[in-house]
Amino acid sequence: MTIPFYVAPEQLVRDKAEFAKKGIARGRSIVAIDYDQGVLLLAENPSTALHKISEVYDRIAFAGVGKYNEFETLRKACIRQADLMGYLYSREDVTAMGLATAFAQTLGAIFTREPKPYEVEVLIAEISEDGNEHRLFRITYDGTLFDERRFAAIGGKTEQLTEALEELWTEGMSLADSIAMGTEVFKRAEGRESEGWEAGVLDHSNGRRAFRRLDESELN
Amino acid sequence: MGPLPLDVPIPGSSFTDLLTAIGSGPALSIPEGTQIPVVPEGTTVLALRYQGGVVMAGDRRATEGHLVAHRTIRKVFPADRYSAVAVAGVAGLAMDMVKLFQVELEHYEKLEGVRLSLEGKASFLARLVKSQLGMALRGLVVVPLFAGFDYKDSQGKVYSFDVVGGRYLETDFGSTGSGSRLAKAYLRTQYEPDISEDQALVLAVRGLVSAAREDTATGGPDLDRKIYPNVVKIDTDGLVEFSDDVIAPVAEEAVETVR
Repeated sequence: MTIPFYVAPEQLVRDKAEFAKKGIARGRSIVAIDYDQGVLLLAENPSTALHKISEVYDRIAFAGVGKYNEFETLRKACIRQADLMGYLYSREDVTAMGLATAFAQTLGAIFTREPKPYEVEVLIAEISEDGNEHRLFRITYDGTLFDERRFAAIGGKTEQLTEALEELWTEGMSLADSIAMGTEVFKRAEGRESEGWEAGVLDHSNGRRAFRRLDESELN
Repeated sequence: MGPLPLDVPIPGSSFTDLLTAIGSGPALSIPEGTQIPVVPEGTTVLALRYQGGVVMAGDRRATEGHLVAHRTIRKVFPADRYSAVAVAGVAGLAMDMVKLFQVELEHYEKLEGVRLSLEGKASFLARLVKSQLGMALRGLVVVPLFAGFDYKDSQGKVYSFDVVGGRYLETDFGSTGSGSRLAKAYLRTQYEPDISEDQALVLAVRGLVSAAREDTATGGPDLDRKIYPNVVKIDTDGLVEFSDDVIAPVAEEAVETVR
């Protein structure tokens, strides 16, 4: 019988974290920005077919960065969870907080148990029924959950984006202003022009299903 | 809320299959020889095509044997932005079917990023009806009616169903429920292809009144209590429900006209 090599747990966690971070850094980032009517999700995405931003439930949206097949699996599981809860109980019982903790549990379990962690970071956004209160949750590859205010960034350039957001974000921006601000934030963080945008909003004016994808004419 | 359902074995993007996978699917059965209780039943609904769209209408009555169980029940529902579903039969089961159908369409749209085709939606509804066959054979029948706007050829369409899940694309109009024969008999003499939306609304309400005149299970417009039929229209801009303010004069006129 062969004896497996001993690897210290600290070493194991460090290696896995490094691996996941490297994977995430290869992909492009996403920002979420509060504006007067809701939340804008803006991603740099050259593809018009593969989406990183998606509707989850009436007033909840999802955004994911990293390995496409991994965050797509999570996105689908998240929609399944939300629709199940809403069907079995009531639509108002589906909350971003509940889904965010489900993400945290899932990603945490994968990080510790699986040989390869998910190379993803996800964001869950929610607007309240009256549209006045917005919530942003960020969950990292190891299941750490962050409760963000006003704006949030995920992906390889999180630090640079957050720095630019701190500087440029103002209270009560219109949607057009927040789009202009978002693109400027990316330009500062990346130091180059974008290769294409994908954007969606959770907007109070859209009725029960608050999510709407923005088309190209609205982004330029 | 527990962890996300990553390991549920579901082959496609169906919400109903997800429910079945976790053991809460729609298929029910009751043992042979069981005494079936008297339960509320919804009655007449109808849909008809007009130039560029389709209207769907339903009366508001639910009966329990010879009694009126509910005066203001709703039988016409939006299925999604471009289609509507109406139900006749055992009210409790019908409401369940509608709820599941609504979630199914939205679920598919969110997972796949596109809406099902109108044909696809009708086909799925037929599957739901068929899953209730066991109940139907014991007397607990639900038969829906489906209408929507088809982007493929820019037309409103009406699908009717039978108890075993048969699905029929109607050329002009469809109706289901206890008063459906009467409603259809009326529409058959009055309907013309390519009528306007206003004419379609008038015909739909008159069709219901016509059914209510002879079928006691169908509730006509109750002008005293201000209870009017539910009517929706679907055209290229999506589904819109007519408000009571719009329906009230049409209903009053229909009660006058249909003797």
